[in-house]
Amino acid sequence: MNRLRQRYPLRSVLLGFAAPIGAILFAALASSVILSLGGHSPGDVFQTMFKQAGKPTPFVDMVNQAMVYYLSAVAVSIGFRMNLFNIGVEGQYSLAALGAAYVGGQLTGGGPLHIVAEVVVAVLVGAAWAGIAGVLKVYRGVSEVISTIMLNAIAVGLGSYLLHKLGQSSGNNIQTKPISSSGQFPGISYSGTQSKIFGFLIVAVVLGFAYWFIASRTRFGFRIRATGLNEEAAVASGVNVKRMTLVAMLLSGGVAGLVGLPELLGQTHTFSQTAQSGLGFAGIAIALLGRNSPIGMALAAVLWSFLGKSANQLDFIGVPREIAAIMQGVILLSVVIAYELVRRYRLVLQQKDVAAQLATGEPTERAEPSAPVVTA
Amino acid sequence: MTTSTVTETVTPAPRRFSRTSPSLLLVVALGAFLVLSAVRTLTGGYDLTSSGTVAAGLSAAVPIGLAGLGGLWAERSGVVNIGLEGMMILGTWGCGFLGYNHGAWAGLVFGTLLGAAGGLIHAIATVTFGVDHIISGVAINIIAPGLALYLTKVTFAHYEGGGQKQSPPINDAKAITLPFSHWLHTIEDKHWFAVSDLAGLIGGVATRLSLVTLLAVVVLVVSGWILWRTAFGLRLRSCGEAPYAAESLGVNVYKYKYIAVVVSGAMAGLGGSALAISAHQFRDGQTGGRGFIGLAALIFGNWRPGSLAAGAGLFGYTDAIQLRSSAAVHALLLLMAIALALIALWQWRTGQRAIAVVALVIAVLSVLWFADTKKVPDELVGTTPYVVTILVLALASQRLRMPKADGKVYRRGEGH
Repeated sequence: MNRLRQRYPLRSVLLGFAAPIGAILFAALASSVILSLGGHSPGDVFQTMFKQAGKPTPFVDMVNQAMVYYLSAVAVSIGFRMNLFNIGVEGQYSLAALGAAYVGGQLTGGGPLHIVAEVVVAVLVGAAWAGIAGVLKVYRGVSEVISTIMLNAIAVGLGSYLLHKLGQSSGNNIQTKPISSSGQFPGISYSGTQSKIFGFLIVAVVLGFAYWFIASRTRFGFRIRATGLNEEAAVASGVNVKRMTLVAMLLSGGVAGLVGLPELLGQTHTFSQTAQSGLGFAGIAIALLGRNSPIGMALAAVLWSFLGKSANQLDFIGVPREIAAIMQGVILLSVVIAYELVRRYRLVLQQKDVAAQLATGEPTERAEPSAPVVTA
Repeated sequence: MTTSTVTETVTPAPRRFSRTSPSLLLVVALGAFLVLSAVRTLTGGYDLTSSGTVAAGLSAAVPIGLAGLGGLWAERSGVVNIGLEGMMILGTWGCGFLGYNHGAWAGLVFGTLLGAAGGLIHAIATVTFGVDHIISGVAINIIAPGLALYLTKVTFAHYEGGGQKQSPPINDAKAITLPFSHWLHTIEDKHWFAVSDLAGLIGGVATRLSLVTLLAVVVLVVSGWILWRTAFGLRLRSCGEAPYAAESLGVNVYKYKYIAVVVSGAMAGLGGSALAISAHQFRDGQTGGRGFIGLAALIFGNWRPGSLAAGAGLFGYTDAIQLRSSAAVHALLLLMAIALALIALWQWRTGQRAIAVVALVIAVLSVLWFADTKKVPDELVGTTPYVVTILVLALASQRLRMPKADGKVYRRGEGH
């Protein structure tokens, strides 16, 4: 009996892993087909990518990139918890990074407060930009998907306008005034390479922990999830959905504001038009891949970053590195399909369990189905 | 006509606005035209109505309008398609691939087919597997640019005239010029109130009108006719309004959604092809978010083909004007203020006092901005379509009605 009880979670766990692993295998297969059609050997490509990932400098690069992806994914997943689709992380983080870079460049000294000021500015700008979508959603019923898509595009124009206004030219590039040393986040050394792991890693880890704690151990997190799962039930139990929507959007935007900071405070120390873009969309993919769980998103961020960074080496063996983007997209699409299939399969299993219980008249727990599927 | 009224009359909402009548539309269009020429005369922003602007705006509007039309097909069947951008990218690449040695029309066909293939992927994910529509769209928007650039490096990079990020040149599609167009230009140059503006408007359309543009207009009209005047279209739209009701009447909802989403991809692909043809080649990043602007045009146009075209025209026009003259862009601010003031007036009369005040405040700010500056920064002009869409959503959203079951996952037999 005890043994059977233990097999329940095992089945559940196995099914949980089946989806992402199946999706990764499918993506490997699909990209192998594309590579073969283009006249490249898939074996060589995968080998090159894994070899590259093992070297110190690319490894540090990869960790840094994964950290940035992770922050973006957390931002997106805060919205997801409440059925809000924050596509606007892209615009939120780019404006936030610009704001933080400008304020950071204006300040001098102040020790750790300098960094705190930069982080606060980034969070506020990100939250404010997301807040526009939140207000439109709450007071005018505008879908946040549409408004954040529009706000992303506006952020591009606004960002480059502000950069020209606030920045100074260096060479043929325009950038904000460099942040002095007190506003820079110290890095962590890694043996065998000059590159450093961004110290912002600590913030990312703390944030991941806080996210887990708030989401699963506090009343606030419960309300957010309850609203996301069943809005009417949440209203009936006294949750102010409008306020929660606005707060969730602001929180999501605030975290999104952090996305640009690891690179800004750890490496470039100035904001220019060469700052990384596309992190918001990667965050959506990673949040979905990791199913909004802090650990899952961390693993997904590492995978995403591995694909993106190790593909840079592919140009040297004559394979376009864009194959990585194809892999990433295929993984995303197939993982959500796989999750959906697993969900349906689970329902079928549950129905069979219930049917078996009813048939025998006693509460037995059957781990593996033996009869063919009849209920749909 | 009888078929189209079925879904319209089911809800007996008391203050529902009726279908906008043609005569009212004409009055609105005439009013807008007179305001435009008045602003042009007052500000001296001659490019507001010059034939050059009109022609450029028209060709800029074509890809946007086709993308929006793609959105219309998908969303009328209840599937949200934010993968339009990706499908458009596939279209630009496809057009470059066949266009460079088989001519523009072959490229156009292939680009359309590739767009349809993108639509098919979206349909499989959303209809068969019931994946969230937005997620599938995001995935397609990640895959498509990667795939296009990958294929470019595998193919075009080895062709003469091609490169790592672009295709060899595509021959132009034919363009037609009407015989009377040159004396229209003479009238236009006189800068008379209204008359010259009208001449600019007609002259812009009548001079070097690309056949691709004509094709787009035909596709728009035919789409509208199919969706609103045929039994097929009624069934397709019923899938977007009430899929389970449609199912109970024997409509194969899956089939209609599949058809709609594949056509949607084809439209986006066609839009991408039109873009590649007017730029004479495929280039990486060529679409520049036009798929999203198409989506904006769809919303601006309240999920209807005619007003969608008007939205695409407006966004194409701002796109063109930005390239041609900063004085004209500056004058746009005044136009925006007038439009906002009208919205404020209308919202006040319908009892939405708070919104009216917000609209009026933005209108006043626009006027102040107009008076205070000589020029609108270039970087901000490009955001016009998005700002307009946000303003419409924020200030006039009660006029908007998207298909009722738009974006909802449908599973056969699971309606309760």
